[in-house]
Amino acid sequence: MKRLLEGLGVFLIYGFLFLPMVVLVTLSFNKAPRGITWEGFTLDWYSKLLNDQGILDALNNSLEIAFWTTVLSSLIGVAVGITKVRVPGWRGLGISKLASLPILLPEIVQGLSLLCFFVLFAIPLGKFTVVISHASFGSAYVATLVRARLKAMDPLLEEAAADLGAHERAVFIKITLPQLWPAVISGALMVFTLSFDDFIVSFFTAGVGATTLPLKIYSMLKFGVTPEVNALSALILVVSLLLVTVAFWHQRTKVAEGA
Amino acid sequence: MLQVIGVSKKFGQKTALNSIDLNVSHGEFVSILGPSGCGKTTLLRILAGLEKPDSGKLILDEKDITQVSAHHRDVHTVFQRYALFPHMNIFDNVAFGLRCSRVAEPEVKRRVDEMLELANLSGQGKRTVTSLSGGEQQRVALIRALVNMPKLLLLDEPLGALDLKLRLQLQQELVAIQRRVKTTFVFVTHDQQEALNMSDRVAVMNKAKIVQLGTPLEIYEFPKCLFVANFVGNINRMDGKLRQDDAGRWVCDVESLGTYFVEPTEENKVAGQPGALCVRSEKLSLFSRKPSTVDNVAEGSIRALTYLGTHTQFDLTLKNGTGIQVFQQNTQKTAKKVFQAGDKVFVGWHTAQSHYFTGNQLQ
Repeated sequence: MKRLLEGLGVFLIYGFLFLPMVVLVTLSFNKAPRGITWEGFTLDWYSKLLNDQGILDALNNSLEIAFWTTVLSSLIGVAVGITKVRVPGWRGLGISKLASLPILLPEIVQGLSLLCFFVLFAIPLGKFTVVISHASFGSAYVATLVRARLKAMDPLLEEAAADLGAHERAVFIKITLPQLWPAVISGALMVFTLSFDDFIVSFFTAGVGATTLPLKIYSMLKFGVTPEVNALSALILVVSLLLVTVAFWHQRTKVAEGA
Repeated sequence: MLQVIGVSKKFGQKTALNSIDLNVSHGEFVSILGPSGCGKTTLLRILAGLEKPDSGKLILDEKDITQVSAHHRDVHTVFQRYALFPHMNIFDNVAFGLRCSRVAEPEVKRRVDEMLELANLSGQGKRTVTSLSGGEQQRVALIRALVNMPKLLLLDEPLGALDLKLRLQLQQELVAIQRRVKTTFVFVTHDQQEALNMSDRVAVMNKAKIVQLGTPLEIYEFPKCLFVANFVGNINRMDGKLRQDDAGRWVCDVESLGTYFVEPTEENKVAGQPGALCVRSEKLSLFSRKPSTVDNVAEGSIRALTYLGTHTQFDLTLKNGTGIQVFQQNTQKTAKKVFQAGDKVFVGWHTAQSHYFTGNQLQ
């Protein structure tokens, strides 16, 4: 009896978490063009997606933005992460607190403030502004991971390298950076996913011609939930899950193992 | 070859090194021995260039290297935790120093292979360092530091993490390698056995100072103070007062125990001065009856005895209540137990085997 109750509890929790997604994915295979009655299995909606130029454009935008966001975030993230650990005193501490702020900041505030900023400085909204905006929070994730990795690293390694005759720059390139790679890679994977999925910040900072996939879905919803939207969401879901899984797996096996 | 002149270092209020002077000659194996916190690691880090001294000078081969940074010094270090680069294989670890000084790749290969052979690791260059045992890691760390042929090699308790048997084996290997490459070694350790086993000379440190510098034999048999005597081996202490007897010989009166001959050094010859008569545990002999053949005899009883294979350790309480330890070699296989716990016994020693310390030698 106790086991039965336990099983039921687990079932309810997982159901609560995943049932909506199951419904969405199921409906993306439904023949019925409207409503939720099951009329048979079809892949039509998926093939229709691939012929919709608007959606393909949006996908292209999203991938392009996510790519540049990842590059920019990784560069800034590594620099900030190292500063956090290596710069002594209040300056390092100040940077470390400030740099992780974007993780905690409400996205709507972030989006709005970025928009105000771009308008104030007359920066035309487009893919460029979205990349900048995404990188502002993306770099914080990379920095956090880099910092954790750096703290786990034995400072003796760098000293040993210097002792063997390596200059400061050689120590960084040959010893420090190779140790940081796992953190940078899993951070990059996370940032790519975050940027690809982001709606709120993109909504405020994307201009004409910079419509990302989430924005495209939102605009499609104005005409009702079509099976086409379901199919698109299902695809995004699968890709995101895949990337996040790889990022977490990578982090657990590589970043956590320490130096 | 290496001269350390008046080197001092403070960390905040704490004095880590107090005016250290040390001369090391070419090809010598010198150990710096001391308890943790005595400043020995700080001295090593200053020699390596990882710390700057507050005052004093370092001269290496007639050149002042005090201000030269770590990567420009012809000095390499084997660290306590080895600090092997985990993302490189054995070969690349060993080749690191050579590649930093831009040695041509064929030459790198030749010299690394030579070193791998020296460390009994021939043909294993492709292995990852994480797959190595403790002893192998230690050897890789050693040859990585040696491959550049530094003028001076520093070793920071490199055998500390290994088990006893492996440690003894590596001690021998280390000495053998040192004899072959003829590099000057400065070896930091808190293990007195290790220091005595391997070194040409030992510098014993305590409280930020070198308290005695000498060969292992000098350090063990002729310690200049009680600290050194105690740190490198087991020694018994009987407190008393010094005086000259009627014949002009120096004796130490130990209250409620007896009067014993001592051989104080010239500066210690002050009558009436309180001091300590000290004898190493293995230099004491046990007798069941009062012997007439030894210079000095004290009376006591056996509190406990411990069989330790090569020798037996007797814990004695002397007549005046002082506790001492006596080591007796187990020379016979079927040694009958001559002495039992609780037995009344006599301890004897020759005057030349004792030490006499006084004043600040007792600190």
